[in-house]
This record gives sequence, C-alpha cells and structure tokens, in this order.
Amino acid sequence: MTFIQKVWAIVWKDITSELRTKEMLLSMCLFSFLVLIVFNFAFDTGLKNLRENISGILWVAFIFSGLMGLGRSFGVERDKGTLYGLLLCPISPWGIYLGKMIGTFIFMTIMEIFTLSIFTVLYNINVIPFLLPLGLIIFLGTLGFATIGTVFSAMSATTKARDVMLSILVFPISAPMIIALVKATGIILWGGAIQETYSWLKILIAFDLVFLLLAYLTFGFIIEE
Amino acid sequence: MTHNRAFLKIFQFVTFFMMLLALYAIFVYAPVEKSMGIVQKIFYLHVPSAFLAFFAFFITFIASILYLYRRDHRWDVIAFCSAEIGVIFCTIVLITGPIWAKPIWNVWWTWDPRLTTTLILWFIYVVYLMLRSVAGENQRSNFSAVFGILGFVNVPITFLTIRLWRTIHPLVITGKGINISTPMIHTLIIAFVAFCLLFFWLLINRIGLEKMRFKVEEIRGFIEDKIHLEHEKQGG
Repeated sequence: MTFIQKVWAIVWKDITSELRTKEMLLSMCLFSFLVLIVFNFAFDTGLKNLRENISGILWVAFIFSGLMGLGRSFGVERDKGTLYGLLLCPISPWGIYLGKMIGTFIFMTIMEIFTLSIFTVLYNINVIPFLLPLGLIIFLGTLGFATIGTVFSAMSATTKARDVMLSILVFPISAPMIIALVKATGIILWGGAIQETYSWLKILIAFDLVFLLLAYLTFGFIIEE
Repeated sequence: MTHNRAFLKIFQFVTFFMMLLALYAIFVYAPVEKSMGIVQKIFYLHVPSAFLAFFAFFITFIASILYLYRRDHRWDVIAFCSAEIGVIFCTIVLITGPIWAKPIWNVWWTWDPRLTTTLILWFIYVVYLMLRSVAGENQRSNFSAVFGILGFVNVPITFLTIRLWRTIHPLVITGKGINISTPMIHTLIIAFVAFCLLFFWLLINRIGLEKMRFKVEEIRGFIEDKIHLEHEKQGG
C-alpha cells in the first residue's frame, strides 16, 4: 500500500462508520441550522441589512458545528477503544493526522453546503453569483480549521473535560483565521471583486501552510503515550 | 547547596533594593508629565511588564522546542514556570493598560493591534496552563510543549491580521507620541532592571519549587512502596 492509499483507508473508515450511523453529520447540520435561526432572532437580520454581521453569522454557524465534528473525530475513537488500533496501524503519525484531517474536512464541507443553502433562504442572500470566490474562501477556512482542529482534537480526546477543552484550545489560536474569513466573506457577499480579498486570502493561505507544517512536525509527539 | 542558597539570598536582596529604588524613581525622581498628569506614571510599570511577558513566552517557546528535541524533563519545567510568570506579567499589562487608557484615550479598551494581540496572547497562555492541569500525567509535557510552540507561532500572524483589519477601518484613537525627558528615561531604565531582576528571581524560585515538588513525590512513592512491602510481609 502506498502512503496515499493508507491515508485514504483511514478517511474511508471514517466515512463508512459515519454513513452507518449518520449521527455526526445530522447533528452538525441541525446545529448550524439552529445557529442561523438563533442569530436571526438575536440580530433581527430580516429587517435591517447588517452588512458586517451576516458573514460573521455564517462563520459562527460553520465553526460551532465544525467544533462538534472535531470533538468526535478522536473522541469516538477514544470511546470505542479503537484509538490504540489506529495507533498500531503501520502508518506514520503524519498519515494518521492526514486521514483524520481529510475526514473532518469532508464532513465540514457537507455541513457547509447544507448551511449555505439554508442561509440563502433564511437571510435572502443569493450566493450563486459568488459561488467561486466564496467557495475558495470557505475551502481555505475549512482547511485551516480542520488543520488546527485535528491537532487539538487528538490532544483533548485524552484529557478531562474533553469538549470544553477543545473549544478553548481552538479559539485563541484560530483568532487571525476567523478575522480574515469574516472580512473576506463580507467583501464577497456584498459584491466586491475577488481582488479586494487578496490580502485576506494571503493570510488564510499562510495560516494553513504554517499550521500544516507545524502539525507535520509535532503530531507524532501528541499521539505517543 | 549552601553556595546556591547564599547566591539566592544576595539575589533576593538586590531585587528588593532595586524595587525600592524603582519606586523612589517613579514617585519622587521622575517629573509629572505635563499633559497626562500623574496617571502617566503607570507607564513605568506597564512597559517593563509588557516586555517581560513577551520574553517569558519566548522562553516557553524555546524551552518547548528543546524539550521535544532533547526529551529532557528540565526544559519542560522551565517552559511551564516561565509561562506561569508570563501570565502574571501579561495580566499586569492588561490591567494597567486600561487604567491609563481611560483618562487619556477616554475609553478602557480599543481594538488596536497591540492591545488585541496581547489579549489573545494572554488567552493562549492561560489555556496553556489549563491544558497542563487537565492533561494526563504521561502526556502533560508533550501536549503543553506542542501548544507552547503553536501558540507562540500564532502571535505574529495574529498581529499582522489585526493590523490589516484595523487599517481598513479608520482608527478613531491613535496613541500619541510621548515626549520623554531624561529623568523619565532614567526611571524607565531603573524600573526595567528592577522588573527583570524580579522576573528572574521569580523564575528561579518557581523552578526550585517545582523541583522540590518532584522530590516530595519521589519520597512519597518510596514510602508507599515500603508500606506495601511491610503489609505484604505481615500478610504473608
């Protein structure tokens, strides 16, 4: 088996077990749906067009329900006792990391497509004309979030107070990413050209690359016991 | 051991003396600033603390890398102790800042790059300490070393991002340049030296305390083993 095949085997394992239960995807989608509704009540967005807030609401929905998925990424392995099986696989820690990260990325993307369609209806914003630039921003954001999130998911899975710990580990580190995502999405949603978002996209790309590199260097230390 | 203790005593005395000198310099020697008044004096506490907070986190970063590289337990202790003291200094910065800002800028807080970065820095290292307290015994060092590295690398990215974020909106409040007279520079230098000494004194003592804790644990384990053996003997 080549390295890519091994990584894909881990991804496929996560997808298969998710397709059997559908627990995580359903709860992630429902949760982000609820976040959109709650923010609609909180800000009364139907009446006033709150330019700045709307992209923020979208990302809060993505990130909160993404956190749910992340918590389960390694949490489920821990609960079912399959974590040691995973660690015993003839694959480097980086391979395990990539497999888990790609799995989280795929689940988050499905949730985001669902959320975006609900968002279009509830907030009366047509996203179809901006699909390409918006897709690029969401891709970079989801990649960054899955990158740091998988590291912290592996960390928090073995600690006490697992879910709380995951959120407080993720948020301070992802602060620059969240700012860049909300700003770039705001520019695109309000008809700005993709060129205007270049400085934000640069930050997102830098963030993704730096943390992927750090994950590559450090992930082995996290899962060794 | 006695040699070490004598050194610590002298160090402690020098630190104490320098702190007194700094207090004298701040409240008596340095003139009151004309436009800001007495509140400007908080500057002499604020600036050295800010520097030392960053310095402490930098030590944590370096010690974390060295720990992962060398697997020497001592680096882990240094990283942890430095982070703990860094959080204290960072808290001082975040408290003294708004006290100064309220009369001068007329707001407690502004989302300026430096302020926001410091706040996020504070959060990262509070989380670092929390992670240490919830992580299991055998993973604590690795987890916190990785987090210490990730957190520190994140700081420049955060700073650049927030600068970009804030330059797109007009800055309502900008920091005025402070004209500093020579006695003020002297005072700042004295306060700086005093705070650096205080930092190293705290760090050395904190590391000593951590070492002592290890020793106590070792002895306790040893005694428990003995008791077990005795029980087994009596039982058998």
